[in-house]
Amino acid sequence: MSTFRYRLMEHRGTLLAAAVFLALLIFYIANSHSGLNAAVATTIANKGVLLAIVAMAQTLPILTAGLDLSVGMVFVLANCLASALVVGSPLQTAFGIVVVLLAGLLCGLVNGLIIVFGRLQPIITTLATGAVYFGLALWLRPVPGGDVNGDLADALTGQLPGGIPAMLAVLLAVVFLIWVPYRNSVLGRAAYAVGSSEPASYMSGIPIGRVKIVVYSLSGLLAAIAGLLLTFVTYSGEASASIGGTYTLNSIASVVIGGTSLMGGFGSAIGSIFGAFVLRSIEDLLFVMDLDPLWQPLFQGVILLIAVSLGAFRLLRMSNRLDLFH
Amino acid sequence: MSAFVMQLRRNVDPAVLIASGCIVLLLIGGSLYSPNFLSPDYLLQQLRVASFLGVIATGSMIIILLGNIDLSIPWVVTLGGMMATAAAGWWGDWGVALAIPFGVACGALVGLISGFGVAFLRVPSMIFTLGMNAVVQGLVVVHTGGFAPQDRATEAMHVLATGSVLGIPNALLLWLAVAAAMIFMLNRTTLGRKIYALGNRERAAYLSGVNTRMVILACFAIAGACSGLGGVLLAGYATKAYQAMGELYLLPAIAAVVLGGTRILGGKGGYIGTMVGVILITLLQSILSVMQMPEMGRQIIYGTVIITMLLTYGRGAKTEG
Repeated sequence: MSTFRYRLMEHRGTLLAAAVFLALLIFYIANSHSGLNAAVATTIANKGVLLAIVAMAQTLPILTAGLDLSVGMVFVLANCLASALVVGSPLQTAFGIVVVLLAGLLCGLVNGLIIVFGRLQPIITTLATGAVYFGLALWLRPVPGGDVNGDLADALTGQLPGGIPAMLAVLLAVVFLIWVPYRNSVLGRAAYAVGSSEPASYMSGIPIGRVKIVVYSLSGLLAAIAGLLLTFVTYSGEASASIGGTYTLNSIASVVIGGTSLMGGFGSAIGSIFGAFVLRSIEDLLFVMDLDPLWQPLFQGVILLIAVSLGAFRLLRMSNRLDLFH
Repeated sequence: MSAFVMQLRRNVDPAVLIASGCIVLLLIGGSLYSPNFLSPDYLLQQLRVASFLGVIATGSMIIILLGNIDLSIPWVVTLGGMMATAAAGWWGDWGVALAIPFGVACGALVGLISGFGVAFLRVPSMIFTLGMNAVVQGLVVVHTGGFAPQDRATEAMHVLATGSVLGIPNALLLWLAVAAAMIFMLNRTTLGRKIYALGNRERAAYLSGVNTRMVILACFAIAGACSGLGGVLLAGYATKAYQAMGELYLLPAIAAVVLGGTRILGGKGGYIGTMVGVILITLLQSILSVMQMPEMGRQIIYGTVIITMLLTYGRGAKTEG
């Protein structure tokens, strides 16, 4: 198989998600009254980037055949922390941002340590730690409120010269500063190996424990970045269980739409970004199409269900029924 | 005597012992705070509340035993309650009589669809039930928004959830009946054996001639029916069905199953453990609320207790694979 075809196969999930997003975007622009201008693009970007970064956070553990059910809660915790710390002079603001990111990293590190040294299943570990992180968020913000550095918030949720949404630049920065170096590092490759087959990577001398700890820590860091950005969008902090839960569940859906296998070892965070944008544009589309608001949640659910069921087409290619069972 | 102890050690899951020990500790700790904790009234009331979670956790447990997970609990519970109350409004006297079975049947139908997705389309259960949850939420929104349906619980639902026979809450009796059926099914029927076999290694079960698709389909249908029944009970307890009434039951149901010693990857665990886990979680929630612990403290203690208990007995083997 030629290199080109191999690369095409490896990235088919990402490419498909990107194509679906483009199609949705074109359909949206054709049907909306205002067309695509800078303001519309900025609105889309501000809503989409938050979920995109949480979906990236979810991708890392899923690639190792794990799962992080606490991403939504770390997201909410970072939001509450940022609404208290990211204010005041530029120096104070910078200090606040560092503290928020470190807090996210710490949350992820705790997840990783419990999973590796406690030898507990990721799904139940992060379920429990998620409750703890949400409790901490409630402790910080019993009622919604707080404030954020207004200049920075306006800059990040506005537009760059040329009408490009600033949030997209932030997303690109996250991709190039975190995902790309991680993907090309030895640890990043090891994470794919662990996801493909843990016993095989163990036999090959991969430090499975260290890989998992890094993966969950990075996941916490990414979730905290998204929480920080949420603060810039809303100008306040809110400890809401439903926001956390929705983001956790939507992040899993985005990862799947982005072509990453829940069994681990196959996929990429770039796909998840497009998955998140697809999920978000479906909401916008239903709005543009003047659908009765009453029916919107149902249509959204049906589309989500169909999207995740599309993977069933691979069954047609199976020559042996035993391939059904992994 | 020592032979008895040996046998006990062999037959009793350490998880059940530790979880039971924690229940006793919670009760002793609670009674130091207020003597009311040991009064029969309080304990029976706790068991009544526990039976709602118990019925819902039953479905959750079957799915976990299969090695799958059901994330559609929140809205299937709501659907069960909503449909039961709405049936009474739609079909008059017949509706009142059929309210409870109709609510349960709606839950079973949703479970059947989830089972189809998992068994035949081979979509991972976590993501398919997530999608089902969104679809059912949409259905409930359409149902409540457009036609202002009846949401008041029928007399029978109310009696089932809040009444008592000879001092024993009806809900508890119902849970015990469900428990007896589950224990019989898991230990004494071929379906039960097949469930454990599938949870251990689906491929091996298939090669041994088990119709794996039908087993998965049946389990999801049973789980959906359990969620629906849970919704019927909750609606009866609150005297009305309301949106998002099942929202608070997903995590406790999974936590109860896992605390009761069922392996989250499937294939191992007994129903007695789940019952102990359900009672433990209910007591913990109740004591924290009686002590007027703020919500944040409750969440933190809740999460910490689950992690700590699992670290004592739920750890995996040193090298997996």
